[in-house]
Amino acid sequence: MIHKNPLREQLQELLMSQRLAVLSTHHEGQPYTSLVAFAATANLSPIVFATPRTTRKFHNLKKDHRVALLVDNRSNTEKDFNEAIAATAIGVAQEVHEKESPELYELYLTKHPCLEGFVRSQSCAMLQVLVHKYLVVNHFQNVFQLKVVP
Amino acid sequence: MKFFVTLDEIRDPDHPAVGGKAFALSRLKRSGFRIPHSICVPAWVYDAFVEESGLRERIMLELNRKDLKEMRWEEIWDAGLRIRSMFLTKSLPGKMEASLREALDFHFPQNPVAVRSSSPQEDSATSSFAGLHESFINVHGAQSILDHIRLVWASLWSDASLLYRQELGLEVHRSSMAVLIQELIHGACSGVLFSRNPNDPSQVVLEAVHGLNQGLVDGQIEPDRWLIDRDSKRIVFHRAPERKLHFVPLGSGVRAVHLPQNLALSPPLEEAQVQSLLRLALQMEDSMGSPQDVEWTLHGESILVLQSRPITTLPSGSEKDQRKWYLSLRRSFENLQELRQRIEEVLIPAMTGEYEAMTALPLSQLPDGELAREIEHRQEAEKKWTNVYWDEFIPFAHGMRLFGQVYNDTMRPADPYEFLRLLGNSSLESLQRNDRLEKMASMVRQQKDIETLLREGRYLEAPSEFVERIQEFMNRFGDLSCPVTGVVQCTQGPDGLIRIILELARHPRESTLSAHQDAVELQKNFLSVFEGDELERARALLDLGRASYRLRDDDNIHLSRMESLKIAALMEAQKRLEIQGKLDLDGPTTEKIKKSFQEIPSLQPFPSSTRSSPQTPPGVKPRQLVGQPAGPGIARGRARVIGHSSNLQEFTHGEVLVCDAVDPNMTYVVPLASAIVERRGGMLIHGAIIAREYGLPCVTGVPDATRWIETGDLVTVDGFLGIVSVGSQSITESD
Repeated sequence: MIHKNPLREQLQELLMSQRLAVLSTHHEGQPYTSLVAFAATANLSPIVFATPRTTRKFHNLKKDHRVALLVDNRSNTEKDFNEAIAATAIGVAQEVHEKESPELYELYLTKHPCLEGFVRSQSCAMLQVLVHKYLVVNHFQNVFQLKVVP
Repeated sequence: MKFFVTLDEIRDPDHPAVGGKAFALSRLKRSGFRIPHSICVPAWVYDAFVEESGLRERIMLELNRKDLKEMRWEEIWDAGLRIRSMFLTKSLPGKMEASLREALDFHFPQNPVAVRSSSPQEDSATSSFAGLHESFINVHGAQSILDHIRLVWASLWSDASLLYRQELGLEVHRSSMAVLIQELIHGACSGVLFSRNPNDPSQVVLEAVHGLNQGLVDGQIEPDRWLIDRDSKRIVFHRAPERKLHFVPLGSGVRAVHLPQNLALSPPLEEAQVQSLLRLALQMEDSMGSPQDVEWTLHGESILVLQSRPITTLPSGSEKDQRKWYLSLRRSFENLQELRQRIEEVLIPAMTGEYEAMTALPLSQLPDGELAREIEHRQEAEKKWTNVYWDEFIPFAHGMRLFGQVYNDTMRPADPYEFLRLLGNSSLESLQRNDRLEKMASMVRQQKDIETLLREGRYLEAPSEFVERIQEFMNRFGDLSCPVTGVVQCTQGPDGLIRIILELARHPRESTLSAHQDAVELQKNFLSVFEGDELERARALLDLGRASYRLRDDDNIHLSRMESLKIAALMEAQKRLEIQGKLDLDGPTTEKIKKSFQEIPSLQPFPSSTRSSPQTPPGVKPRQLVGQPAGPGIARGRARVIGHSSNLQEFTHGEVLVCDAVDPNMTYVVPLASAIVERRGGMLIHGAIIAREYGLPCVTGVPDATRWIETGDLVTVDGFLGIVSVGSQSITESD
């Protein structure tokens, strides 16, 4: 239930517990979605993910850095209609480098140690999404918005 | 595949599958007791049905719409109604239906039956919740029995079950229901036996009525009652009531009819029969190993056991436990008809008579002492009528629920609230008030100079016909500055009323109240299903439903007038205190009057919620809030959140009325509104009723509606799905 102020805590818990998110980009107005392994800070922003530079999503992001990311805890059972929470993060993505932002690399690799080889490869880029706001859906239809203070 | 078992086939391990009732009867049958011929549809058939039809998920969605703890009884009743409708409109899977139909044709080819719940949760030794689930008596033919099996299944999710869900351990994934189909025995007399009196274990309690025991079980007929000493077998007490009615099978169901004179004068049992029943009670207790609560019927010389369960009673709960009171609101047709007669012929005329007498009293001419006595008199009258409201008016609201249930059972509409379209347009008091406002607005529209005078605050200079209408309106309904009908100059004088008239004049409604054009057709279709006596009863039930619908709205206005008269007397005293500085009364009386004036509840702001409403957390805004769809349609507008009666007078055309609980005294702004959103939930509450009358989208039961939505917010109200979207749809907008 999102009543008093559990929205923030609920979001933190969701972002900590989930490993994958659906990233939404576009190319000349054509929407495009990709599944990405992500990590988030306790402040709810930024969210980081890694992608090869050759991918469509990376290409799309170079043209337009606006993104939406969907994180949810569905279990693919009928309980989801009542119990699942889905959060859409709205923001902008930008590339980061280990030299300037070692803490983001650490954050990411702590959550996904198996991706170390992937992240350190030359063709892989690390991106951070600076989140402006979240839209959180629970109980099937209840939707609340949380603005993220930069 | 076989979807039923006979009582002879039931063995100990089958107990959870066949439920307490069928299991007890199978044991008694094996022990040699006479039981009507019965078969049982086990709980796994229920499971298969809800699984295959997808109903389990739908029930879960319905019950998770909102935390059940936050639902009012009305909302729980609504949820139960919607689930019942799901069961009614879903047919049985082909093989299941064919197998059951074959079994019913074989076991009950001609005979009417009783279709009874046999819940695995009910009737166990530790928890007995007799009566929470439904049973149907005198059901004819395989098709009707199949329909009633689904109704018994649906009663697993009735309002009563949902209220006691914790005690029953009710869970969508686990809970299930078996059904017992029992040949109907039309006994000459029937009754209930307690093998041990809960108040005195040395006694057996025996209750009996002529005919079927339906009236006894649901408390409509007072039975003959015997207390018998278990050891000496002596009758220690017999109470013979005034015997007027008995229940007999009639049409498809049972009816209370007058007892013939000879039966009315004689007890349903002779002494020898009392002794036979005493022996039966003791034998059954022996056989079952615990004191038993037995329903029986006497057919010829034989006593047949209809059902038996361990003696327990519903937990009494704390004083705050209102569940029994809620359940007492579910009344029978006969009971409601009596109640209606009393309300229409005795209570409302008495109430009207009292407030007319009070209105005629010139308060300003009373000496202080008499005014003090009048204040006390009015305070007592208000208290008395408030009690009548809770004890008699509120229970009468069940009339429309009862009609709805019969309508749904008969017509099986896709929309379980279709029945409301037959009940509407019943000349509600609040609509009559709005009609008068509209007539005044129409005069302003036609005569521009009236508008000018009103804008300049010179309404008394308007044509006399208009001024008379205003004054007549204020005499009857007040100046709208109070949340109480009938109060004049509560805070600001007639300015609020005039503002509303001007606003209505600017925005004429296209033919309002046109939502019921199809009511005639629906009524025709409904009544065409019945014939003879049944048709008369259906007509009477529709009439009762309409009366109940009308009173649901009118009662608040009546009560509010009573309150307004008390306020008028207190205001007169307050005025004298301000002018004279004191009243010609003793100190304590003056103090009491002052205190009463300060504490007038309806002059306080509307409560924002019954629960504490903490502040909205920083940065958090609602985008979409879910409630209950209570009036179809979609509308978009700026929200006007009502926190105080003065907010109502600021209401402008096209706004969405957002409030904690709509009261008929507030609904004069509804002709200006584009939609209604309410925190209080339910389909049959004032907000929903008035929204349907005006064809406005309405969503009720939105948790913390007045906390999350602010005046001026752009809201979209989806009255089809029960969703309120707040703010712009554009995601990039800076909100």
